[in-house]
Amino acid sequence: MALSGLEIFKKLPKTNCKDCGFPTCLAFAMQLAAGKVELDKCPHVSEEAKSELEEASQPPILKVEIGNGDDAFVVGEENVLFRHDRTFVNQNAFAVNIDDSLSDGEIEKVIKKVNETEYERVGQILKVDAICINNKSKDAGKFKDIVKKVSSLTLKPLVLMSGDLQVLGDLAGELKDKKPLLHAATKENMDDFIKISKDTGCPIVVRGETFEDILSLTEKIRENGIKNAVIDIGKRDLKEDFFNQIILRTAAIKKKNRLFGYPTIVFPNEMAEDSLTEALIASIFVSKYGSIIVLSNAEAENIYPLLVYRQNIYTDPRQPMQVEQKIYEIGNPDENSPVLITTNFSLTYFIISGEIENSRVPCWLLVMDVEGQSVLTAWAAGKFIPELIAQYIKKSGIEEKVKTRKLIIPGYVAQLQGELEDELEEGWSIIVGPREAGEVPKFLKEYVS
Amino acid sequence: MSFQIPKNQYSGTISTVTLGDNKSGIPVGGDKALPFYNFEGEIPNKPIIAMEVYDSKPEKWPEYLEKYFKDVFDDPVKWAKKCVNDYGAEAICLQLKSINPDSGDMSPDKAAEIVKKVREAVDKPIIVYGDGPMEKISDVMKKVSEVNQDSNILIGWIEEDHYKTVAAACMGYNNNVISVNSMDVNIAKQLNILLTQLGLPPERIVMDPSTASIGYGIEYCYSSMERLKIAALLQDDKMTQMPLIVNLAPQVWKVKEAKESEEDYPEWGNLEQRGINWESISAMSTLISGTNIVVMRHPKAIELINKMINKLLG
Repeated sequence: MALSGLEIFKKLPKTNCKDCGFPTCLAFAMQLAAGKVELDKCPHVSEEAKSELEEASQPPILKVEIGNGDDAFVVGEENVLFRHDRTFVNQNAFAVNIDDSLSDGEIEKVIKKVNETEYERVGQILKVDAICINNKSKDAGKFKDIVKKVSSLTLKPLVLMSGDLQVLGDLAGELKDKKPLLHAATKENMDDFIKISKDTGCPIVVRGETFEDILSLTEKIRENGIKNAVIDIGKRDLKEDFFNQIILRTAAIKKKNRLFGYPTIVFPNEMAEDSLTEALIASIFVSKYGSIIVLSNAEAENIYPLLVYRQNIYTDPRQPMQVEQKIYEIGNPDENSPVLITTNFSLTYFIISGEIENSRVPCWLLVMDVEGQSVLTAWAAGKFIPELIAQYIKKSGIEEKVKTRKLIIPGYVAQLQGELEDELEEGWSIIVGPREAGEVPKFLKEYVS
Repeated sequence: MSFQIPKNQYSGTISTVTLGDNKSGIPVGGDKALPFYNFEGEIPNKPIIAMEVYDSKPEKWPEYLEKYFKDVFDDPVKWAKKCVNDYGAEAICLQLKSINPDSGDMSPDKAAEIVKKVREAVDKPIIVYGDGPMEKISDVMKKVSEVNQDSNILIGWIEEDHYKTVAAACMGYNNNVISVNSMDVNIAKQLNILLTQLGLPPERIVMDPSTASIGYGIEYCYSSMERLKIAALLQDDKMTQMPLIVNLAPQVWKVKEAKESEEDYPEWGNLEQRGINWESISAMSTLISGTNIVVMRHPKAIELINKMINKLLG
């Protein structure tokens, strides 16, 4: 929620003392609004104005960091309700749940799976973010042992769920450097929870069934200056929690309601009987505003589609997704296989590589870095032009991989044919491919026959 | 402490298109709120799932998917009946692959005849998608509309540069048309303007913004549909108020994540579950972002999506 220069000006001393280095308070306010200077430059601003201005510069949904080190993750900081309005900022986290009633062997298996889950897709690494440990057994000693065991087996941030405040407090004290997320502060235990949070600095979850419940809790934590909190609302019912997530996000962003301006945690693992339903429910909360999504398992057939979908939704719509510039081998090509070239816009790459796969004709696909633009856009922008293409072909190393000296170019840039032939070394000839990806399989089959 | 629940003020309504004839007809669209926001406004008609039927034996389906339909691959009529009787399909989407000059070049007469037979065999609305160059699709769909007069079938498709023939045939023979754009809100609007100028009532148009599966650009489809729904409902932009359809199944089932075995890709896990997730998560995404009709394939994925629709709108 950014303030305008005039709104900021009203809160300044209005003395035009120039101590900030600007000729007037208004000029300083304008620079502040533009984010070009810091408020500290004004030595005379009142404490009250300072805290008001600082708060106003916070995003409508606060940033919360969970865990520490390389595996820590951040949620919150969202500014929009729809990704096309700008972008979603911090992707939701996926946490895999472990009940403390599980055997040691079972726990080790899950931890191993979570630790090892890692995919590379479109230049990004996709991983599970956290492990949630639930004190289902209600046995404090058991919970402690298992939390410590899990903590020794993984660097992933932890979510600790227990109704036993004593044990949560103890664990928060012992593990405070790892910044686990503590679940949950409720109307009943709020005061003690605030003390734990202040003593350890651990992020906390506030849990209530209704909006009113949540408001009374978040008001308290605000009074106490606690910012790293996450909201858990509802009765673990899909329809109701879908509604809750939308209302919380809308109230925080459109109505600027600070008391709802926290990331959320949702529990598909408690809303479904089977893992297919659970994955589907989780995907709904990826679209609609869950910040930490708890799952019952990290089985690849469930987690991989979810990680891929999350990547899609949290892609910045203002920045085209790019794939790496390199030679892609599709279907074990050999030195006589066809050579095609396209640009590194991820969608272009996915569609073309998919159609080449469908053709069952092994190919070399050269993907050229044009800052993620599609073929026609890159051509129009002067990035996919004969001179640059020829440079790329030479340095790509394709000439060492194949005997053929024929290059297939996209049909939409057929006009490049002659000039590209001139730019390339002796021996290369340019073949014009189809305009549409869907025609690629037929083209390739005829090309090799 | 009391709390006022924030609420969108909707000024527009999605138009209602009737699919199917007297015995099979169902209304699609009519939404007065964003998808599944039925706490803000009425969503009188749940989104529907259309099950695919092909006009010839499909190729390269994974075994775990083929097993549900293998026995009816040779006959679109039997296939459609199986979808309705065994899997409770609410609509049938005939994928006329064989009209493509590269895969059979079936004549318009033959294709229209298949549509008619299937339509007469089931009491469910029929959606038809062609395949191949626009010239051929237009020739076939003109005939399909003629032979299936007054039956409110939904005919796919027309594009910006090819719309007159099929639009006229839908208008003349009382059928509905799918207007396709490539995830482009402005082209979607432009095409609807052209169609209505031609005299086609808005209640005969369903928009297809083009789609992709998760991992293959679904986010473009997602945002394009959200923008269309917001323009239609919150800004009362008439030329974006047509219901939406996505022909999703062919996009999902061609990707390797839905087809490659666990032996070849152990890090991707169990193939059948993975494939079902790939289709159901993709379908859910298109529904959350605004489609009114989604074309699907795997019976289990369809069951899951129906469960979600009923839960969220129930």
